Amino acid sequence: MSVSWQTLADALSLGGIYALMAVGIGLVFGVLRLVNFAYGQLIMAGAYAIAYASVWGWPSWAGILLCFAVVLALSVLMDRIVFRPLRTHSPAVMLVATFAIAFLMQSIAVLAFGQLGTVASSMGPLNQPWDVGGVEIRKIAIVSVVVAAVCLGLLQLLLTRTSVGLHMRAASMDFRTARMLGVRANRVIGGAVLISGLLAAVSAVMLTARNPQVTPIFALDDTIIVLAGVVLGGLTRPIAATLGGFTIGFASGLLGGALPTNQSQYLPTFLFAAVILVLLVRPNGLFARASAGAERL
Amino acid sequence: MTLTVDGLRVRYGAVEAVRGLSLEVKPGEIVGLIGPNGAGKSSTLNAIMGAAPVAGGEIRLDGASLRGRKTEDVARAGIALVPEGRRIFAELTVEENLRLGLAARRSPGGIDDVFELFPVIEEFRRRQAGALSGGQQQQLAIARALVADPSVLLLDEPSLGLAPRIVSVVFDALAAIRERGLAVLLVEQRAQRTVALADRTYVLSNGELRLTLGPKDASDTEKLVAAYFA
Repeated sequence: MSVSWQTLADALSLGGIYALMAVGIGLVFGVLRLVNFAYGQLIMAGAYAIAYASVWGWPSWAGILLCFAVVLALSVLMDRIVFRPLRTHSPAVMLVATFAIAFLMQSIAVLAFGQLGTVASSMGPLNQPWDVGGVEIRKIAIVSVVVAAVCLGLLQLLLTRTSVGLHMRAASMDFRTARMLGVRANRVIGGAVLISGLLAAVSAVMLTARNPQVTPIFALDDTIIVLAGVVLGGLTRPIAATLGGFTIGFASGLLGGALPTNQSQYLPTFLFAAVILVLLVRPNGLFARASAGAERL
Repeated sequence: MTLTVDGLRVRYGAVEAVRGLSLEVKPGEIVGLIGPNGAGKSSTLNAIMGAAPVAGGEIRLDGASLRGRKTEDVARAGIALVPEGRRIFAELTVEENLRLGLAARRSPGGIDDVFELFPVIEEFRRRQAGALSGGQQQQLAIARALVADPSVLLLDEPSLGLAPRIVSVVFDALAAIRERGLAVLLVEQRAQRTVALADRTYVLSNGELRLTLGPKDASDTEKLVAAYFA
């Protein structure tokens, strides 16, 4: 097993994208205590937007804009039609509801676009190699690391320096008290859903550039791995969730590059075995504070 | 602004926690609400904040009904609650906790006004709120409510679990807050101190108002004890 610079760069890039997805899932969990299983389907919808824009001959920037528009519109729709009406119900109800949305969106994709998928060829140039100090690295690997770092930096600024960010953090710690202080529930939840949608759109662009073959199950595997990563890091704290996402993405990229091609089907097995082992040792997550989880039994 | 509660009934499923309670708190007044556990004191405060199910009656702020309004809208209308158990955000800094109080503020201004009343808070403004002592956390909880520049201040057992010296700090602060012209509704277990401080104190039992006491009754221990077991 040897690790090339390209593999390392790929692993970093996948870690960056998974970190974005993890924080997107973590933000909504923070304010709604809801794991949005339909997050992958939002990304899939964005990927289709890029693919179809490419088929229609639109320039890549227009495809990216369409991707953002589609993902944000679907996020807001999800909030209005599902999250808000079900907000006061039990977490189990909301969980099942997000499963339903996930299957619904996937089925719509199968019916509308077919099983075989569409190619987002407009993102092709991002797969060309760049010569970095004599080492050839795919452009998308560098771009996604930079984009992920910028997005996470901006998000950190928003959460720590603005009143909306402060309200979101307070709401994720104790929503009832935050509302007693005048923090508007709908605005905080709407904001979290919108930012989560923005991160889904960015992830869609990056994942489409990495893998231009867009099918109805696009990003499904990634989302399942990211969800494991979020749990691995610690669900209750956005930073822990982000680190968890990055860790599992990095490990996945590294392992994927290091495993011989004929053994790559074992990748998820290795990943999930590692997640189970880590959670056995640290049930609250790798990066959560020791007191964050509730004692059971 | 005057807070008026008229025939309030709060019901949790089959259990009626408050049965037809009426009271009024005017600006520059402290009204005490005492009674045994389960008397309906906290339910009354939560109902005013729109955070408990109101089965009947009215809640008005200067005549405008608050019944059925969202919790955050009640806060933004000028009613601030210092909740039971302080409910400060332990992972945020003292200053961030105070800035949260600005969410409901209608007038311009910042967080600095409250430091005069609670100097100890200013000293620790950059520290994590969870690192403060219980007494400091209680002062922070009251300061956070005051940052909103409310017309009405509701307090749910602010002296709970505090050392006697800190209880005095809190009660002195409440007297100063009254001087500023706020209407204060104080739910407490420390009956004698509450009766002595408040302009009038209602004794609540089993969700119903049993007795009204004035400051002069504070020294009448027998009357206080009788009120509790009425």
